[in-house]
Amino acid sequence: MITARNLSKRFGDKRVLEDLDLEVPRGGFVLVTGPNGSGKTTLLRLCAGLAAPTSGEIQVDAFRGAIGFLAHEPLVYGELTALENLDLYGRLYRIPERRERCGAVLERFGLWRERNERAASFSRGMLQRLALCRTFLHEPDLLLLDEPFDGLDAEGAKLLYLELAVRGRRTALVATHNPESLATRASARLALA
Amino acid sequence: MSTSLRNSTLALATAGLLVGGIALALFWAPEDADQGFSQKIFYVHVPIALTAYACFGFGAWKALRLLWTAEARYDLESYTAIHMGVIFGLLTLVTGSIWAKISWGHWWTWGERQLVLFLILFLFYSAYFMLRYSIEPGPRRERNSAVYALFGVALIPVSFLAVRIAGTILHPTIFTHEGANLPGKMLLAFCICLAGVLALAATLYRVELAGKRVDASLRELRELLA
Amino acid sequence: MTGYAADVAALARKDLLLELRSRDTLPAMLLFVVSALVVFHFALPADSSTHAETGLLWIAIVFTALLGLTRAFAAEREQGLLDGLVLAPCDRSAIWLGKTIGVTAFLVLAELVALPAFALFFHAIGWELVAAVALADVGIAAIGTLLAAMAAASRARELLLPLLFLPLAIPVVIGGVGASVATNPASFLGFLGLYDAVFAILSWASFEYVVTE
Repeated sequence: MITARNLSKRFGDKRVLEDLDLEVPRGGFVLVTGPNGSGKTTLLRLCAGLAAPTSGEIQVDAFRGAIGFLAHEPLVYGELTALENLDLYGRLYRIPERRERCGAVLERFGLWRERNERAASFSRGMLQRLALCRTFLHEPDLLLLDEPFDGLDAEGAKLLYLELAVRGRRTALVATHNPESLATRASARLALA
Repeated sequence: MSTSLRNSTLALATAGLLVGGIALALFWAPEDADQGFSQKIFYVHVPIALTAYACFGFGAWKALRLLWTAEARYDLESYTAIHMGVIFGLLTLVTGSIWAKISWGHWWTWGERQLVLFLILFLFYSAYFMLRYSIEPGPRRERNSAVYALFGVALIPVSFLAVRIAGTILHPTIFTHEGANLPGKMLLAFCICLAGVLALAATLYRVELAGKRVDASLRELRELLA
Repeated sequence: MTGYAADVAALARKDLLLELRSRDTLPAMLLFVVSALVVFHFALPADSSTHAETGLLWIAIVFTALLGLTRAFAAEREQGLLDGLVLAPCDRSAIWLGKTIGVTAFLVLAELVALPAFALFFHAIGWELVAAVALADVGIAAIGTLLAAMAAASRARELLLPLLFLPLAIPVVIGGVGASVATNPASFLGFLGLYDAVFAILSWASFEYVVTE
């Protein structure tokens, strides 16, 4: 589903990725590990189409609407409620039965009670859950997750693990600091230097 | 022809055309009936103005190519062309100002449509450089610069129209006379001067572009070795 | 509603909703424009013509617009949200259109206060001025939204937006003031329409390239 050849990304004078070859088959679950600054986030952004490679090529076999991207930032509007944020994304992603789906995904990540609260009032963990709601809302075929367990409490981590390990056979590229939590689910690992 | 031979030929042609054109303008072309000798600056001022337009247009074309094909070299070419355009634009303002002082006694006049138009464009393209300097090098900077360059080329006719419907008519508007009223000798001298200034712009463009390309290669080499 | 129109509506609605909740941009614009008009009164010597006053109104409008535009992509910038919108499958030009509609709405609301204030402080205004202001709003919003997105990508964003915006605003001021004071406003109004058409189409078409890599 994702094919990268000689992929390089440079920011000004700094080389972040260098001559990377990558092959993620459909249904594959790849963990990306590496120290800070090794390019995990950059790789995910390149796969999502948010950045263009400096050289080399990358091919992602999925439409924009089929990609679920979890970034470092939750990508939600602070002044809108959780439900309103998901409603906006729901409209942009053209999901059917929007109201029901938004409600369902909020329940899946344990945010149903806070659905009418402004996102700005959320704690770090709740924001991460809301970001996960946004990511999974449109039932994406390809998941690009940047440190998905960051900020989650035990309950949140459990819900996320359920989502990733139990529900459906999606393709996923997950950047993480502790690969052990997903070791059993993963089909391959990529270590960036 | 190799590049350096082409550049040398171009430089020589430039020198020839410019010297020839200016000589013709000063000594051979007749003096203007109302303005006298001071009108001669027209042979320098208008070609410089037209060359500046040409540079901006060329820069916009390269910008369009960049957006079309995403090849990085067009960014450098577009930037250099616009740089040339700004230099010639500045020269237009300076020569126009001199002409205004000689003809009407003021260093600046808002009735001079050409000058006002160039002032607007000068401000616009100066902001181009501010835009470039404030974004990190990379695809973002290339694309934003390219879009801005395209806006510039749309601004030229719009501003021209604006200044036209707004201003008082003070400019001698030689150009509207030109087709009918510019006598043969003046026209010839003018065309040679125009060709000379365009050739000058082309030479400077190639020289600067080559220099920038060397800079870029040097940087890449340094990185590879680091 | 077709997909594109629905996207634009969703985005415009989002901006209006955000402003309703945070209430920071519009009140600032209203206060600014009225303050500016008061400053202008003191800046004009007693024997100034009504034409000079009209000219100053247009300055107030341009700078109030600048104030609003600086905030246009503020939320997206502060929270990295432009990524979220760019990731969505909608056409990127829909982001531009939705935002432009929002900015135009803010400008119109600001002028609903500014024009009566001007008529109160200075002199009565005619229909030509109102028509010119309406046309100018569209052009300012169109080009301003695009430039705000450009400036958002840069380091010196608050400084950069005015520099990018003002040269492009000059034709609008010419058209607007011309329509307000000339004996034949039709040509100036027509010019404003042309400006709007040219730059709206250009902004709509090139927005994609400004927000993606």
